[in-house]
Amino acid sequence: MIEYLPGLFRGVIVTIKLGFSFFIFGFVVGNIIAIGQVYGNKFISLFCAGFAWVFRSLPALVILYLWYFGFNLSPFLAAVLALGLRTAAYQSQFFRGAIQSIARGQMTAARSLGMSKLRAVVKIIMPQMLRLSLPYISNEYAITIKDTSLAFAIGVVEILKEGRLIITVLHNPMDIFMIIAVIYLIITRGGTYLLSLLEKHYRIPGFEISN
Amino acid sequence: MEERKEILRVEDLHKSYGTNKVLQGISLNIKQGQTKVIIGPSGTGKSTLLTCVNYLNPPDKGRIWLEGEEIIYSEREINKIRQKKGFVFQQFNLFNHLTALGNVMVGLTEVLKKKKKEAREKAMYELERVGMADCAEQYPAELSGGQQQRVGIARALAMDPLLIMFDEPTSALDPELMGEVLDNMTKLALEGMTLLVVTHEMGFARAVADDIIFMENGRIVEEGPPEKLIMNPEKKRTIEFLQKITQLYGED
Repeated sequence: MIEYLPGLFRGVIVTIKLGFSFFIFGFVVGNIIAIGQVYGNKFISLFCAGFAWVFRSLPALVILYLWYFGFNLSPFLAAVLALGLRTAAYQSQFFRGAIQSIARGQMTAARSLGMSKLRAVVKIIMPQMLRLSLPYISNEYAITIKDTSLAFAIGVVEILKEGRLIITVLHNPMDIFMIIAVIYLIITRGGTYLLSLLEKHYRIPGFEISN
Repeated sequence: MEERKEILRVEDLHKSYGTNKVLQGISLNIKQGQTKVIIGPSGTGKSTLLTCVNYLNPPDKGRIWLEGEEIIYSEREINKIRQKKGFVFQQFNLFNHLTALGNVMVGLTEVLKKKKKEAREKAMYELERVGMADCAEQYPAELSGGQQQRVGIARALAMDPLLIMFDEPTSALDPELMGEVLDNMTKLALEGMTLLVVTHEMGFARAVADDIIFMENGRIVEEGPPEKLIMNPEKKRTIEFLQKITQLYGED
């Protein structure tokens, strides 16, 4: 069995790469969507709300197939985009909620100092928004990191795919799936742990959220 | 006495929310070093007037001059205009994620583009002015209301504004905390800062104001120096209001 471990390891690397890529992509897009939805003009706001609605309403597998078959992309890129936009839709709504829970006076005070709207959003609103939404983002990570396993369906050779390849030769599904389960546990827990460190690092009085 | 420079002039300002006419033709001017206090019943447009003057809430109609130059509204211009007008809020509105020092610095670094070191020195100077230097590293959530408001004043002062507008700066404070804020405002007035203050604190108005403006239903009913407006008002509504406010807050 030892000789098959390098294959499994390659799969782990692909899973982690895919997971981090799509999650960070989703985080960035989620920020933009939330800010567009709250501060954009009518058209932008409507577009962002529509985006969030569509990508939260479709099964992840359907989005994956649409990207993969629709745009002739490599499986990995299609998976990053599909899963990334899906988590972006969810994350945008956490961010939007956080923005809307920030008192209006913060924006007013920033503008009264002479800041432009964009500067006020970046310097005053976003630092508060991120602190308020970090616990929910951590939760979202724990939920969506497992969706990387769906990329298997469009041919990304991640951990699950590597595992199945081994099973077809060794016929020991229980062993392999147990190993895969433990690896998923580590990836999920590791990520949420890193996020909790981030949360602690940026913790300041006035932003206490019991998690 | 030499003729003092006019800092702010407002002419025929109008503002409506739907059919609700909040401001119905407000005109006023304020000269350098003057303190003007606006009083009047709640919902009368006093706060709206201040936010309109700063275009935080653009007026429907009316003209505004700053240092003799008419303000032509545009998104770019208005950011420059606002730098010159300090604003102190009823709810303090300190930036929650910044320390007291950070709150005073942020306008200097982000708007006036000052170097960090220079901004820090200036911010510490302003915090000292309001007696808050000891709390420089504390966050708003760790400060009392009165302390927060003093930081709010320091934040406005740091921009070296032409005038500072106060929107009911003590209304959200416990009575024992009002004093520290009012003392600082009095100090500023005596130092020659130009102040436009919306307040119910008649003690402050009487002691510090050059002029008191009585506003009701979006109009200025009467304007005059404290000794005239408080002791010897002309209009019936002014008399009624002053009686009511004396009943509520007591003679001081």
